[in-house]
Amino acid sequence: MIPALGLIAGVVLGLVLQPSVPIWAQPYLPIAVVAALDAVFGGLRALLDGIFDDKVFVVSFLSNVIIAALIVYLGDQLGVGSQLSTGVVVVLGIRIFSNVAAIRRHLFHA
Amino acid sequence: MSDTPALEPGPGAWRRLAAGIRPGVTRAQILGALLVAALGFALVTQLRQNNEEGLSSLRQSDLVRILDDVGERRDRLASEQSDLQSQLRELTTGANGSQAAIAAARDRLGVLGVLAGTMAAQGPGIEVYIADPATAVRAPALLDLVQELRDAGAEAIQLGQVRVVASTAFTDVAGGVEVDGTRLTPPYTVLAIGDSQTMATALEIPGGVIASLPQTARATVAARATLTVSALHAVKAPQYARPASPASPSG
Repeated sequence: MIPALGLIAGVVLGLVLQPSVPIWAQPYLPIAVVAALDAVFGGLRALLDGIFDDKVFVVSFLSNVIIAALIVYLGDQLGVGSQLSTGVVVVLGIRIFSNVAAIRRHLFHA
Repeated sequence: MSDTPALEPGPGAWRRLAAGIRPGVTRAQILGALLVAALGFALVTQLRQNNEEGLSSLRQSDLVRILDDVGERRDRLASEQSDLQSQLRELTTGANGSQAAIAAARDRLGVLGVLAGTMAAQGPGIEVYIADPATAVRAPALLDLVQELRDAGAEAIQLGQVRVVASTAFTDVAGGVEVDGTRLTPPYTVLAIGDSQTMATALEIPGGVIASLPQTARATVAARATLTVSALHAVKAPQYARPASPASPSG
């Protein structure tokens, strides 16, 4: 319940404050968001699997975000930033789909 | 996060979900809430950013590529523009120039044609009718008449059916006068385009051309608002003379 409230609070905070993304963070924020979504769905799935661990969730969340941003940064330095961004998004998207599929199976047996 | 393929029965899963979201201040709940709040915040920020900004969110290489594309496109359009402009200039000056030249040439042709007698002329003027039952009017009298008309400003003169030009010759023949090889017999009709009042005055002045005509001849001068000098003079191309300077604007 509290995480759901946290999500709502974050959304409201973003809507109210209307922050602008710093320029240095602009290439990385979208990737970080996708990575965080992956971590959240992974955590949800772990919860339903009965193996949820808060430490694992925090570490996976942060490492997901950091590694995704790092990959994109490295790609930018190598000159293949946009391609690597696409690759990261594809991989994370596949993971999100598989996690959601597992959650669906847990909840609906379908 | 582990890939546990084991599928638990539904009620267990729902129970675990309920336990997970049950309000209870545990460390896991707080941490999860914080992270998810950060996610929501970032998500909304990014969505807003993405909506309101086009180019500013692109990375440097993309911007350089777009700039290159725009520059190339601008160059192409600039060269196309200059091509079209030069074409337009060519066409307008060409059209204007040739039209003006044609118009000028037409005007010149008209003026020269009237002067040379190769074109019919129309305008105000006088008609002189000379009745000469005794055939007493000879070539010198007609020549005097023509000269008087020229002096009075006649621009086109027709004598009988002969156009009077600079080279027109008057010769006495039996029963009449030969003008430029055409034999004319009385009565004579002279058409002259010009200021009719000036010409009529010049002809009828006491001691003038009409007064000097033989006694048996009788001349009448009638002013006409519009008369047509339709007789044409056949111009022979000069055999020896050539224009000294084709471009000299005389006329």
